[in-house]
Amino acid sequence: MKKMYLFIALAFILAGCSGNWGWYVVNPTTEGGFVNLKFLLSGLYYTILTSLVAIAISILIGLVVALPALSKNKYLRGINRFYVEIVRAIPILVLILWVYYGLPQVAGITIDVFWAGVIALALSDSAFEAEIFRAGIQSVDKGQYEASHTISLNYLDTMRFVILPQAIRRVLPALGNQLVYMLKMSSLVSVIGMEELTRKANELVVTEYRPLEVYTILVLEYLILILLVSAAVRRLEKKMNTGN
Amino acid sequence: MSSNIDNQIICVEKISKFFGSFQALKDVSLSVNIGQRIVICGPSGSGKSTLIRCINGLEQQQGGKIIVDGIVLNDSSDSLTKIKSRVGMVFQQFNLFPHLSVMDNLTLGPMRSKKITKIDAEALAMKYLERVRIPEQASKFPSQLSGGQQQRVAIARSLCMEPAIMLFDEPTSALDPEMIKEVLDVMSELANDGMTMICVTHETGFARGVADTMVFMDDGEIVETAEPEKFFTKPKTRRCQDFLDKILHH
Ligand SMILES: Nc1ncnc2c1ncn2[C@@H]1O[C@H](COP(=O)(O)OP(=O)(O)OP(=O)(O)O)[C@@H](O)[C@H]1O
Ligand SMILES: [Mg+2]
Repeated sequence: MKKMYLFIALAFILAGCSGNWGWYVVNPTTEGGFVNLKFLLSGLYYTILTSLVAIAISILIGLVVALPALSKNKYLRGINRFYVEIVRAIPILVLILWVYYGLPQVAGITIDVFWAGVIALALSDSAFEAEIFRAGIQSVDKGQYEASHTISLNYLDTMRFVILPQAIRRVLPALGNQLVYMLKMSSLVSVIGMEELTRKANELVVTEYRPLEVYTILVLEYLILILLVSAAVRRLEKKMNTGN
Repeated sequence: MSSNIDNQIICVEKISKFFGSFQALKDVSLSVNIGQRIVICGPSGSGKSTLIRCINGLEQQQGGKIIVDGIVLNDSSDSLTKIKSRVGMVFQQFNLFPHLSVMDNLTLGPMRSKKITKIDAEALAMKYLERVRIPEQASKFPSQLSGGQQQRVAIARSLCMEPAIMLFDEPTSALDPEMIKEVLDVMSELANDGMTMICVTHETGFARGVADTMVFMDDGEIVETAEPEKFFTKPKTRRCQDFLDKILHH
């Protein structure tokens, strides 16, 4: 299936090369095309870095936000619901714009493009991570808490040594999906000028006037990146399953 | 049966327990002396589990008083922490930690709650694994063991906390018949070594051989308390008689 997509994409490019498309802009055998291609690919660095840092932060926030959801105290549960509902209601693009243009004024700080993008993506994703962790933790049998009680573990030790290790194993596939989602969402930070894949493509379109060819390359870049990451996630998943 | 106050290690006085509007325990009182071996039996839903779960604080009673090893169990988390470390408990479903090896299952409690070093905790764990006769399984994971072995690991895990009292909630009910004996044997040895025990079980052979006191519960109340011989041959109440008829000739 995924090989088929690649073939179709490849066929398009080859067809374009022979016709009157402007494939010269990204033709690696010409000097100009090679430079342009390198320019496009250089966006990979920030796409990957932004996504990884953002997902790491959002996992941490998600974990912290998930814990009160498991409390017997309804106010603590309320805090969790409040956070999740609010954050989920804000479109990612809007959050990115607000964090970059609004937050510095409100908080009286300066945030560079990279951290603004990372913070906005992480916040937006954290609500989903929180829900994933909540479900994962709730799927652990209550006998595990009772056994922890009988060996006198306190709450934090129970979570750290007994519940979370089991919950994390179960939510790993879902976390992998979030990473893939994050790689795609990171294209939105191009609007504030982060030099990632999409931004690079936009810049090249402005100078070369060849949107079709440039954006086709952009599609392929994301496609290959996402397929590779998905395959890696699936592999990891399999490994975890057989190890258990 | 001697009920010497100086020997008393558990005192349950008129406790009640409600789940919503349903009353699972109705003014239940129970006194346990050091070294006493009590077997609790009774029909399903009679409150046996609820009673022993109140004793180690897994459930909070609504009325009455519980004193364990001199500690009054109340709302303070301090009393709960103290009582937890004095009372061991073994569950029907073992409740081993599936992601940890047998050794790690055993050392976690002593290391985290008693701040014992890893080396000492492992020595302690080996001592109790030998006691339940599976020292060779230390590096395995729970899923690699038979049910009987898992339950013995669970017993060893509790013993590693060196509790003053052991509670057993139907420890053999989830086991295949051929594995029941190995677990009951371990429990009998524990009793012979002088451990104070409260066991919820319908294993009449074990009750006759090991218990010094039988407690019969029905409908949230302790209906009858007697020595095993009298209990099994001449139960005082109709309800107890009916129950024994059921479990003895099923
Ligand atoms: N967490 C709970 N929420 C609501 N009701 C409960 C809860 N735990 C127990 N009960 C009810 O309390 C009653 C006593 O339960 P308990 O588990 O103590 O019975 P038991 O004597 O141990 O029965 P069994 O032999 O089936 O284990 C039952 O009617 C049960 O349905
Ligand atoms: Mg029960």
